[in-house]
Amino acid sequence: MSNDAALKEPFESLDRQRLSAALGMWIFLASEVLFFGGMFLGMTIYRQIHPDAIMEAARETNVLFGSINTALLLISSVTMVLADKAAEKGLKSAVLAFLAATAALGLCFLVLKGFEYREDIHEHLVPGPDFKLHTPAAQLFFGFYWIMTGVHAVHLTIAIVAVSTYFVRIWRGGFPFEGSAALPVLGLYWHLVDIIWIFLYPLLYLGGRT
Amino acid sequence: MGESIFWLPAASEQGEQVDHLFFLLLAVSAIVTIVVFVLLVTFAVRYRHGSKAKRGKLPNLMRRELEIGWTAATAFLFLFIFWWVSSAQLEGYSPPPDALEIHVTAKQWMFKTQQPSGVREINELHLPVDTPVRLVMASEDVIHSFWVPAFRFKRDILPGRVTQGWFTPDKTGTFHLFCAEFCGTNHSEMTGRIIVMSQADYAEWTAGQPQGDDLGKEGAKLFVAKGCSGCHAPSSKVHAPNLAGLFGRKIPLADGSIVTADERYIRDSILQPRREIAAGYPPIMPSFQGVVSEEDLTRLLAYIRSIGKETP
Amino acid sequence: MTDAAAIRSAEAKEPPSYLKAGRTVASWLTTTDHKRIALLYFGSITFFFFIGGAAATLIRLELISPEGRFFTNDGYNRLFTLHGVIMVWFFLVPSIPTTFGNFLLPLMVGAKDVAFPRLNLMSWYLNMAGGLLVLACLILGGVDTGWTFYTPFSSMFSNGYVVLAAAAVFVAGFSTIATGVNFIVTVHVLRAPGMTWFRLPLFVWTQYATAAVIVLATPVLAISLLLLMAERLFGLPIFDPAHGGDPVLFQHLFWFYSHPAVYIMVLPAFGVISEIVTCFSRRRIFGYTAMIWAILGIAVIGFFVWGHHMFVAGMSPFAALVFSFLSFVVAVPSAIKVFNWTFTLYRGQIYFEAPMIYALGFIGLFTTGGLSGLFTASLPIDVHVTDSYFVVAHFHYIMVGGSVSAFFGALHFWWPKITGRLAPDRWARFSAILMYFGFNFTFFPQFVMGYLGMNRRYHHYAPEFQIYHVTSSAGAAILAAAYLLPMGYLTWSLFYGRKAGDNPWGATGLEWQTTSPPPRENFVEQPRVDEGPYLYHPDQVAPFEEAPERRQQHDPQGKSDPTRAGMEE
Repeated sequence: MSNDAALKEPFESLDRQRLSAALGMWIFLASEVLFFGGMFLGMTIYRQIHPDAIMEAARETNVLFGSINTALLLISSVTMVLADKAAEKGLKSAVLAFLAATAALGLCFLVLKGFEYREDIHEHLVPGPDFKLHTPAAQLFFGFYWIMTGVHAVHLTIAIVAVSTYFVRIWRGGFPFEGSAALPVLGLYWHLVDIIWIFLYPLLYLGGRT
Repeated sequence: MGESIFWLPAASEQGEQVDHLFFLLLAVSAIVTIVVFVLLVTFAVRYRHGSKAKRGKLPNLMRRELEIGWTAATAFLFLFIFWWVSSAQLEGYSPPPDALEIHVTAKQWMFKTQQPSGVREINELHLPVDTPVRLVMASEDVIHSFWVPAFRFKRDILPGRVTQGWFTPDKTGTFHLFCAEFCGTNHSEMTGRIIVMSQADYAEWTAGQPQGDDLGKEGAKLFVAKGCSGCHAPSSKVHAPNLAGLFGRKIPLADGSIVTADERYIRDSILQPRREIAAGYPPIMPSFQGVVSEEDLTRLLAYIRSIGKETP
Repeated sequence: MTDAAAIRSAEAKEPPSYLKAGRTVASWLTTTDHKRIALLYFGSITFFFFIGGAAATLIRLELISPEGRFFTNDGYNRLFTLHGVIMVWFFLVPSIPTTFGNFLLPLMVGAKDVAFPRLNLMSWYLNMAGGLLVLACLILGGVDTGWTFYTPFSSMFSNGYVVLAAAAVFVAGFSTIATGVNFIVTVHVLRAPGMTWFRLPLFVWTQYATAAVIVLATPVLAISLLLLMAERLFGLPIFDPAHGGDPVLFQHLFWFYSHPAVYIMVLPAFGVISEIVTCFSRRRIFGYTAMIWAILGIAVIGFFVWGHHMFVAGMSPFAALVFSFLSFVVAVPSAIKVFNWTFTLYRGQIYFEAPMIYALGFIGLFTTGGLSGLFTASLPIDVHVTDSYFVVAHFHYIMVGGSVSAFFGALHFWWPKITGRLAPDRWARFSAILMYFGFNFTFFPQFVMGYLGMNRRYHHYAPEFQIYHVTSSAGAAILAAAYLLPMGYLTWSLFYGRKAGDNPWGATGLEWQTTSPPPRENFVEQPRVDEGPYLYHPDQVAPFEEAPERRQQHDPQGKSDPTRAGMEE
C-alpha cells in the first residue's frame, strides 16, 4: 500500500523506479569524483613541483582536529547504513534514531571544523601578505587546503540538510520510506562525502608528518 | 611588408618546411573534399525521388567490406600524415648550439628584446639573415605569445618560466610580430617588427647602436649586488657550488638523477633552490622568488652562461 | 485527428495535445512535462542565440576597417568574450540536447517522460539562473578575458566581472549535468518493451553519448572555474606564478572539459543528420552498427586529445606527439560517419525538403571543418595557425556550419511534430540554401587570412587583411538574414501553417506514431517495438518505389490532403 504511494510518473513499477534513482545517483557521484579529482590533481602536481614547501606547510595543519573529524565521519557512515537497513525492515523508530545520529555526527564535524578554521586564521594560515611561512609555494598548499575543506564542508552541509529533511518527513508520517529509494540514494551521497574526506585526511593532515 | 595580399611567402627555413606540409595536407583535403562532393552530388541527382536509376537488390559488397575498407583507408591515411608531419617536427626540435641568443621579455603590452651584444629594442628585433636564432623568453605579467607569421613561428611566453624556440630567417625584409595570446586591453596593439638584414648590414647596425653593457656584464654586477657571490664565489667559505664552467654540463642531483644545467635548471635553482639539489651540497640556498625581476633573471642567466663558456 | 474549423486561433490544437494541458503561465513554469520543458529551453536558447548573434554582428561591423571605428580596445575585448561565453554555454552546449533531446528522447524510446521530470525542470531553472548572471555581467559592464578565462590574466589582471561570468558558467554547468544524468537513466531504464539497444535510433545513441560526456567533463570545468573564482575573490594562490603556481595547469583543466565540450556540441548534430538523411532518402542508414561504434569512439577518445590546444604553451615534445596522434585518431570515426551518410543516399529515393537541404549542407560544411582539423592536429602547422583566424574558421565550421545547421535542420524536421503545423516550404528551402552560401562566404576567407597571419582577438589589424574581413562581414550579413528568416516564417506557420498530420514526412521512429502535437502522456497506449530502426525498405533491397504496404508515403509539398495522414498499420 505504501509502495503505491512511492510510485511516481513516468514509472510503471517500483523496482524500475528504485533502479533509476540508484543509477542516477551513481552517475552523479561519478561526476562528483571528477569534480574533486580536479583539485586532487592540482595538489598532486604542486607537491611534485615544490615538495619541501608543501611538506613544510602541511605540518602546520592541526592533526588532532583532523583525526577526530575523520572518526566522526566514519561513525556517521555506519549510522547511515543502519538507518537504511532499518528502513528495509520497516522499523520506523530505529530509522529516526539512526538518521538523527547521522545528522548530529555531521553537525559535530562542521562545528569542529569551524573551531579549526578559527585557529588557522589566528595562526595566519590564510594565504596573503602576513602568511605565517615565508616560502612562497607554502601558500599554494593552504590555497588548496581552504578550498578543498570548504567545498567538502558545503557538500556535507547539503547532506545534513537532506538527512534532516527526510528525518522530518518520516517523523511526521506518511512518507513511504519502506518502498522509497530515498534512503539508499541518500546513503550513497553521504558515503561519497565521507570517502572524499578519507582522501583529504592523509593529503592535508598526514602528508607532512611522515 | 606584404607585397601580395593573397600569399605570405615563408621567410625562414622552418617556415618553408611548414608550407610544404601545409600544401601536402591541402592536397589531401582537396581530394577528400572533391570525392565527398562528387559522391553527394552524383547520388543526389541520380537517386532523386522518382528517377529511373537502377535500384533493387543491393550488391553484397556494399556492406561490411566497404565499411571496413574505408575505415582502414582513413586510418592509414591519417597515420601516414601524422608520421610525416611529426617526424618533420622532431628533426627540428633542438636548436643548433651556435644559435644567436635573443632574450625576450614580454609585458602588457610590449615585447622587449635584447641582443647578445646588449643592444635593447622595444617591439623591434633586428636579425642577421641565414643565422639560427634562439629565443629565450619570459613574461612579467600575463601569458603572451611571440608570433612571426612569415617565419611560421609561434611560442607562448609564460610568467614564472622560461620558454624557448628557434628559427633561421632566410630572407631579408621586415616582418610582422604579433602577440598571439590574448593579454588584455591593448592586445591588438601589442605588435612589432622583425627586421632581417644581410650579415654585413647587421654587423654595421650593431656597431652603430649605443653600446649598452652587454647582458653578461650586467649580470656580473647583479651577481655581486644580489649577494650571489657571497656563497658562489670560489673564495667563499660557504659550501656552495662554483658556477664557472657549470652551464651546459650534466650534473648529478641529490636524488640520484642527472640534469643538464640549462636556462631552465638555473632559473629554477634561483627561484626554487630546494627542488633539484646538486649532489653533495646542503640545501641551504634561500629562494629568490620575488627578489629578482624577470629582466634581472635574464641578466644573471646570461652571466652564468658566459662563465660557463670560459672554462669548458 | 479532429476539426479543421477552429484553425484560426493559435490555441486550436487537437484536444489531447500537451500544449492544451494547461494554459496559465504557472502551468508552464511548474510543468514537469519533458515537451513543455523543451519549449521553455527553446525560448531561452533562442534568446541567447540572438544576443550572441548581435555580438557577432557588432564584431563583424567593427572588423570592416583595420583601425576599428566603433569600439574601444576594452569594448571590443568585452564584445568577443560575451559572444564566446553566450554562444558556447548558453546556446551551443544546451542547444540540441535540451530542446530536441528533451522533446524527442522519451518519444523515441517509447516512454511517458524522462526518468526524473522534476530534476528536468530544475535544470531549466538552473540554466535561467546562469543566464541571469551572465546578463547581469553584461549589464554591469561585461568581462574581457575571452571565453577561455586564461589565468593569470583572468585571476589577477582583468578589470571585468570575471567572477560573475565564471559563476554564470558554473551554474549553467550544473544544469547540463542534471540533463545528462536524466538522459542516461532514461535510456537505460525507460525503453519501451522490445526497444533493445540496437534498435535505438541514432539520435538516441548520440544523446546518450553526449550525456555521458557531459556528466564526466563538466565537473572538471566547474572545479577549474571554482579555483579561478577562489583565486580572484579570496586571493588564494592557486595558479599564481609568483607563488610557484602554474598557469598552464588551469589550461589543462579547462581544456579537459572544453575539448570534450566540442563533442557535446557536435554529437547531437550527428544524431539529427542521421535521422534526416535516412528519412528523405528513404533508405536504411548505411552501417548502423559502425555508426554506433563511431559515436562511442568519438565520445571516449575525445577525452584524451585536450592537449592539442596547448602545443605552443610549453609542452614536452613527447606529450605533444601523443596528443597529436590521438587527435588524428579521433578524426577517423568522424570521417566514417561522413562516408556512411553519403552512402545512405546510394540507391535511395531522395526528396529535397528543407531539412534534407540543411543536412546535405551539414555534410559539406562538416567535411571542410573536419579536414581543417587535420591541419590543427599536425604539430608544425598548428604552431603557426593556433590563435589565428584559421582556428576561428575551423571551429566555426564545426560549431556553426555543423551544429547550428543541424539545429535548423532539426527545427524544420520536427516542427510539425512539436507544433502540429508545417513550415512554408519555399521559404524554408530558400533559407536553408541561403545559410549554406552565407556561411561559406563568411568563414572561408577566415581560413586564408589566418594562414597569412591574421591574429585572433585583434580589432586593429594590418591593412592587407582588410579585403578578407570585408568579404567575411558581407557574408555575415547574408548569414544573419538566413537566421532571421525562419524566425519570421516559423512564427507565421504557427497561425497559418498547413496542419501537419501525425507523420508528414512518412518517417519511421516512434515519435511519428503518435499525434502531432503529442498528448501529455506521449502515447495513448504503451508502444511495443518488434523491428530495427530506419526500416524504410526490406533488408538488402532498395525499392524502385517507396514501400507503401509498410510505410506511409512521403507527402511531397502538400500535393495531397494532409488530414488524410495516419499510420497504415
